Formats: sequence, C-alpha cells, structure tokens
Amino acid sequence: MDGSIMRTAGWTEVCRLDDIPRQGARVVATPKHGQVAIFRTLDDTAFALEDRCPHKGGPLSQGIVHGHAVTCPLHSWVIDLGSGEAAAPDKGCARRIPVRVEDGIVLLASGAQP
Amino acid sequence: MNMISAQRQRLVVVGNGMAGMRTVENLLRLAPHRYDITVFGAEPHPNYDRIALSSVLAGEKSLDEIVINSRAWYAENDIRLISGDPVVSLDRATQTVTSAAGITLPYDRLLIATGSNPLAPPIPGLGLPGTCAFRDIADVETMIAAARTGRRVVVIGGGLLGLEAAWGLKRQGMSVALVHLMPTLLERQLDATAGTLLQRDLDRRGIAFFTNGQTEQILGTERAEGLRLADGREIPADLVVVAIGIRPNIGLARDAGLEVNRGIVVDDGLRTEDPHIHAVGECVEHRGQVFGLVAPIWEQAKVCAARLAGDESATYVTPPLSTRLKITGVDVFSAGALAAADEADEEITFQDVARGVYRKLVLRDGKMAGVVMYGDVADGGWYFQMLREGTNVAPMRDTLILGRAVAMAAAGAAAPDPAAAVAALPDTAEICGCNGVCKGTITSAITEHELTTLEAVRARTKASASCGSCSGQVEALLAHTLGSDYAEPTGEKAMCKCTSHGHDHVRREILAQTLKSIPAVMQALGWTRPEGCASCRPALNYYLLCAWPGEYQDDARSRFVNERMHANIQKDGTYSVVPRMWGGLTSAKELRAIAEVAERYDIPTVKVTGGQRIDLLGVKREQLPHVWRDLNAAGMVSGHAYGKSLRTVKTCVGSEWCRFGTQDSTAMGVALEKMTWGSWHPHKVKLAVSGCPRNCAEATIKDFGVIAVDSGWELHVGGNGGIHLRGTELLCKVATPEDVLEYCGAFLQLYREEARYLERTAPWIERVGIAHARARVVEDPEGRRALYARFLHAQSFAQKDPWAERAAGTDAGAFSTLVPAE
Repeated sequence: MDGSIMRTAGWTEVCRLDDIPRQGARVVATPKHGQVAIFRTLDDTAFALEDRCPHKGGPLSQGIVHGHAVTCPLHSWVIDLGSGEAAAPDKGCARRIPVRVEDGIVLLASGAQP
Repeated sequence: MNMISAQRQRLVVVGNGMAGMRTVENLLRLAPHRYDITVFGAEPHPNYDRIALSSVLAGEKSLDEIVINSRAWYAENDIRLISGDPVVSLDRATQTVTSAAGITLPYDRLLIATGSNPLAPPIPGLGLPGTCAFRDIADVETMIAAARTGRRVVVIGGGLLGLEAAWGLKRQGMSVALVHLMPTLLERQLDATAGTLLQRDLDRRGIAFFTNGQTEQILGTERAEGLRLADGREIPADLVVVAIGIRPNIGLARDAGLEVNRGIVVDDGLRTEDPHIHAVGECVEHRGQVFGLVAPIWEQAKVCAARLAGDESATYVTPPLSTRLKITGVDVFSAGALAAADEADEEITFQDVARGVYRKLVLRDGKMAGVVMYGDVADGGWYFQMLREGTNVAPMRDTLILGRAVAMAAAGAAAPDPAAAVAALPDTAEICGCNGVCKGTITSAITEHELTTLEAVRARTKASASCGSCSGQVEALLAHTLGSDYAEPTGEKAMCKCTSHGHDHVRREILAQTLKSIPAVMQALGWTRPEGCASCRPALNYYLLCAWPGEYQDDARSRFVNERMHANIQKDGTYSVVPRMWGGLTSAKELRAIAEVAERYDIPTVKVTGGQRIDLLGVKREQLPHVWRDLNAAGMVSGHAYGKSLRTVKTCVGSEWCRFGTQDSTAMGVALEKMTWGSWHPHKVKLAVSGCPRNCAEATIKDFGVIAVDSGWELHVGGNGGIHLRGTELLCKVATPEDVLEYCGAFLQLYREEARYLERTAPWIERVGIAHARARVVEDPEGRRALYARFLHAQSFAQKDPWAERAAGTDAGAFSTLVPAE
C-alpha cells in the first residue's frame, strides 16, 4: 500500500491482493459497512464479509481459512466465504460485501450496492 | 463301564489351572456328554492365564483380561466349580476325594492337575512379611501393593520367571536388584553371549544385577529389610521376591500311594499307575522329564482329553521346545541345543554389535539342532520350524545365519516380504507357541467364522491370546486369507473429517516418509479435503514443528488466532497481554512499566492471574505491537499465556524467605522457566515448584510439578485443574537442580513427541500409563539424555521473543486496519 487509493464508480480500492496473505485476511474500516474482512483464499480468490460472526460477533478476519470457508476464532463456527452462511448445524449469515480484483487490486463496493 | 446305563460318569478334576481346564475344554469338544464334571481349585479365582501374570505385573493387562474361563463358562457347560477349596486327600480304594472344607466326592475318573509350587530354598528369613514368590494372583497383588509403599525390591532368580518379575516391578516404579546364582542370566535358555547381552540391556534399563550371587540370609526381624549374600554384600530391600523355579505339586498323589518321582509318574497316555487316575501339567513326570513351559502342556491336555474321551490310541510325545522372554522391547528366542555337544556338531554365530543383534545356530548332521537369538527374533519361528521338521539345511548353510530373507534369496527364491513369508508356511506350522495354534487352524477359523479382526481370531482360536508376540503373524494371516477385504486396524479415531487416519498414524508417517510441509502430509496420506480444516491444520503444524525443529517453516495460517497474534483473543475481539515474569518474580521497574502501559493505552482491566502473572485485558489489535514495544523496553518478553506452549512456572518463596522452605524453589522455578519458555506443545503446559511438602505452589495439579524435600526434589507429572481435576503422579525423586532440569526437559520432550494434539499431560498419562513415562524418563538414563538433548535442540530455535519481532515490524498487516480514502 502506498496510500494512493482511488475511487472508481461505486468501487473503492482497498489494497493489493498481495497485501493479504494466502489463506488469510485483512481488516478494512469502511464508512458504509463498518469493519469488513477481506479474505484471500489459496486459489487467490478474494471474498469480503462484515467482520462479525453471526453467532457472537467474533472477528472472522482472525479465523483459519480453509478452502472457501473460514472458522471463527471465538467458537469455531464455519462460515462459507461465498454466501456468508454458517455451515450446518449452525444457522446464521454474515453480510457479504461485493468485492472484485482488477490488475491485482482489490476493489470493495462502496456506494449503493451494484 | 456299563454301556447300557444312561448315567454319565463322574469326572473330578483336582486343580483349576491352565492344564486341567485345557484338558476339560478339549474333552468337551470331543465328548460333550460323557461326564459330569466337578473341578476343585485351591485359588479363589476362576481359571486364569498364569503366563500373563507378568503382563499384569508390568501394568500391561488387568486381572480381568487374563481370565480364561469365567464362572459363566462353568455354568454353561454344567461344570461344578468348587474354588478356594483345595483337595486334601485322595482315597483310591473308595474312589473319593475330600477337600479342605470337608466336601467328599466320588469319582469314576480323576484328573490330577495340581501344577507346581514355587521352589523355596532354605534361606533364613524366607516367609517374613515382605517376602513372596511369583506364582499366582495373590503374589502379584502382594508385589503391586509393595510397589505402592516401598521403593526397593530384590528378586532372587535370573531365569524367565525372575527376569519377568524384575521387569514388572521396575515398570511399577520400584528400584530393582536381581540376584542370580549363575554367572549369566537365563543359562538354561541362552548361551553366555546372549545372556550377557540381555544383562547389559536390562542393566541399561535400570536393573542392578548380582550374578554369581549366593543368597545367605534375608535380613530383618519384623519384616524383610534386605538380603545378605555369601560374599558379605548386603542389598537393602522393602520386598524380596523368590523366583528360582518350581517344584511339581505331588503331595496328594504321593499320600495316596501313587508312583511319584520328581513329579507324578505318567505313561504316554498321561495315566498314572492307577487306571482311573490321569494327571497333566506341571505336576507330572513323563519319561523322566518334568514341565514348566506351556507348549508341551497343551499337547498333554490334547492327548489326555482324547484318552478320557475313549481314544486309547492317543499318545503323548514331548515336542521340541522354544522359549521367548516376555519383556517389552527385549527380544530373546531359543530352541534346542544351546551349544555344540561334541566335535561333530557345528556352531554358526553372527553378531551385529551396533544393532544389538546376536544369533547362534547349532547344526547336527546337516540339520538344525538349536538356535539362540537375541535382539532380532523375527526369524525365530522359521528356524524353529526347520528344527522341528528336521529340514536338511546343508544346501543353504552359507547364508542360513543371515535369516530367512537372505537364505531364500540366495537359494533362488524371491526375498519374501513378511506377508509372503507367512503365506509360504505349511498349515502345520505353529504360529502361537503359547497356545499351540497352527497356521491351518487360524486360516480355517478365519474362513469358517468370517473373522476379520485380530481380536476375533484371538477369541476363537486363542492364537496370540497369551504373550502376544505372534500378533503380527496372525495379522499377516488375516491379510493373506482375506485379501483386500482385510482392513488394517488403526485402532485410532480419525483426526478430523478430512482424513481417516488417526493422530498417532499421521505422526509416524511424518517421520517415516520424511514429510516436511502440511501440503506434503495431506498429499501423501490422501487428505479428502485438500486444504484441511481448522482442526487438522494446527495439529499438523505442531507435529511438523516437533518433528523437524529448525527446519520446518511454521505456517502462521495454520495457527489459531492467539498463536498467530501472540495474545489472547477476548469475547469482544480485543486481546489480553501477559508479560513473562520468571518464576513469578517481578520488580519495581517491571511493575512501573506495566502501570505506564496500562495508562498510556487506556487498558480497561489489569488482573493478577492464577499463574502468578499480570494480565492486561482489553487491548485492541492495533495497539498490540505498541504495548509489546513498551513492555520489551522494560525487559519483559511474551508470557505465552495464549499458546499450546509453556505457560508459567509458579513458585513459592522457598528457603530464601520461608521458615519451612527446604530448598530454593524460586530459583529452581526461574531456571525451569528459562529452560522451557517458548516451547510449543500439544496443549498448554504449566509447571510449579514448591519449596517444601506443604506445596504452596500447588505443584500437584500441574503438568510438571516439583516439590522440594530435605534430600532433593520430588518430580510429579500429569496433573491439571480444569474441568477434570487430576492430581499428579510421582515420576521419581532426584537429587540435584541439574537433575530436575534434565528430567523436566526429557519428560516434556516425551510429551511433545507422543501426545496427540490438544491432549494435555493428564489424559495422556492416563492413556499411556505412568509406568511408560517412568520407563522412558527414569529407568532409561540413555534415553532420558537423548530426550533432553532433543528438547534443548528444539529450544534453540523456539526461544525467540515473538513480541520483539512484531514490535519491530514483522507481520504488520495483521495488526493494522486498512482505511481507504472515500
């Protein structure tokens, strides 16, 4: 990150994909969505979820990432990164934030969701 | 015999031991309705496996596990069992026996199976409290009880029985000396070379030997206090075990006027001179020979049962004998002649000093006449088979000593793998020497009864049910007979849903296949989910870290948050920070720095922990590196209060200040913490050092607790508070602080290498037994030093302060929050 974050229509650049470790996450503070966890999976896909487990609000960004899922660090709920849904038998959903990667730059939906 | 009468004949069996009951079992198979059977037993127990008593003593089996026939079995087979009541007289004229309790029963046929009594030499003092034999359950109970209260035992007798008693008592945690009359051990089963190797190995395991030792007297007046040898040496002891041999129990037969010599004299049909009376087992003498090993006795039981069932052609011939020693990890095998008898005999010997392997073959007229093996005994069955069958071994004489694989390959056959070796055996080959079970019996049982597990084969055929040394061959037979239907037992729960393998298997494979990364393990062992899960990944990361210290690249992404962030996550997503305070000691400077940090970062809660540390709670993720930097500046490092790692060493003030203190427990605690901090473990590890037995540091609910006593330090292990409170067990007592460090490092390394991930020392010790920890850490000085060295080696890479690294900028992204420009 060199601080040169730009905004294109409806999308905010947050960081380079390489700023996030594979099987890891970074936390982004957004005015619109609050604390957002941006995940990078082993296959270099980026996902973004509100950084709150639907169970007790645990910071999902701090969980262990495996496949397209993260295990919450507080009580080990497993959350699907694509849908935000908790794996059965747990029930609940973390809010998804649209995210895309362009030229190695991670872009997070900023304004009204496209 | 009245052939018309429907009334059954009356068979009375005197003796409820292995020989008598094996005869009855065989008889029930051959002629289930021929007799009304009554069994008298002197011991108050059902029929049990006397061979397995050494396993009970060694803590490897429970008494329940060695019962052969339960009381229900007697009931099911309409056998009347009168136990705890020995037969005291036999009247051949009236064909009746009378028991100690006064029960008189008539018999048509009588089977005497009174076994043997321990040989009791005329040593003054024998019979005092604190002396016993090694013969029955009562003796084993005496020894186990003595191991709980006493420390030192002397075993008299360096034969099979004495050595197994000595080893079992060692496993019970006692300090063991063994007195043997002869210059080398097991002189009837081993030649001098093998006997010397055996003595060296057992000496390394902590048994002190007094060979050429003639016992003169057992010392003590109220109870045994030790032993004096003829050469004047005295050995102190709380328990003296006499295991010099057995003598056939012939009193009943002799008093009834039957012909007796050393044993009750029987013919080839196991019949005494009285046609109504048979005898089997250790009480008999057949053609001048008496018996102590199980294989010929099983053969007697077979022949005797056939005779009782009416088969007059059944004839007993003593089979060639082989011996094994039931001491875990000490492999000894012998059969036939121990040495060349004359110039016509040939001896071939082989010795590999580095591997501790020794082998001697005795050849006579181109055939095997004897074999003595030490160390590697895998081919014992093969040699013994050729010995029994009189195979002409002259064509492979040159390579015979090198074992089956080499000899067969040299003879042009493909080198057999173990499965092929078992497959190649004829059906008559004996697999289980203890129970006399042949290959054919096992394979047909597997097929007929659709057996698929070792346990099922054991239950059906008794193969491998006694000493267990043939379990591997029985498993190979299962695999060979069932082919692909045989699922190799892992006996272990799968680690998680990503794999069918258990923890222990995975750890073994990591070493065996030199797997050095998580993906390599997952690929080699066929993980069903390629990236694993939050359960198996931290376990694998730990196993690899433990297996390849300094080499394995720790995978932060497979660490639970606390171990990645080096702080303890709280319910609101903030963290707690606990700086290390060595042995619970702190100073004005450190306290001032902590106070300043608490104020500077507006830390809401400051609390004293149960492990004598100070906990700063409610630190925000972004603040962590700053808090650490400030604590580092005052000389404090990570307290690892967050990890599956060494947490704290709790101490009392000890002799420096306390009027009761016997040793400087605080300095000991600091030294332990300096040695162990930063070490990763399967689970958290807590230590404590108390300066006197009042134990103010609560050392007896710690993973490794040290309690100072006047003469040194008691080491306690396997305790924890927590949901399942468990007090420690005493590992041993040591003399010096250096010993404490060495034993501690060795114990922790053993735990690191053998426990399953997330298994604390308490359940681990419960699973493997304190005897195992003692055997590895206390009784095996060389092994202990090796463990200790591996611990220190791992520590040379582990003792880096993770806080200092992160305060200096490592992994900064983990602590910062991105704030995009809007």
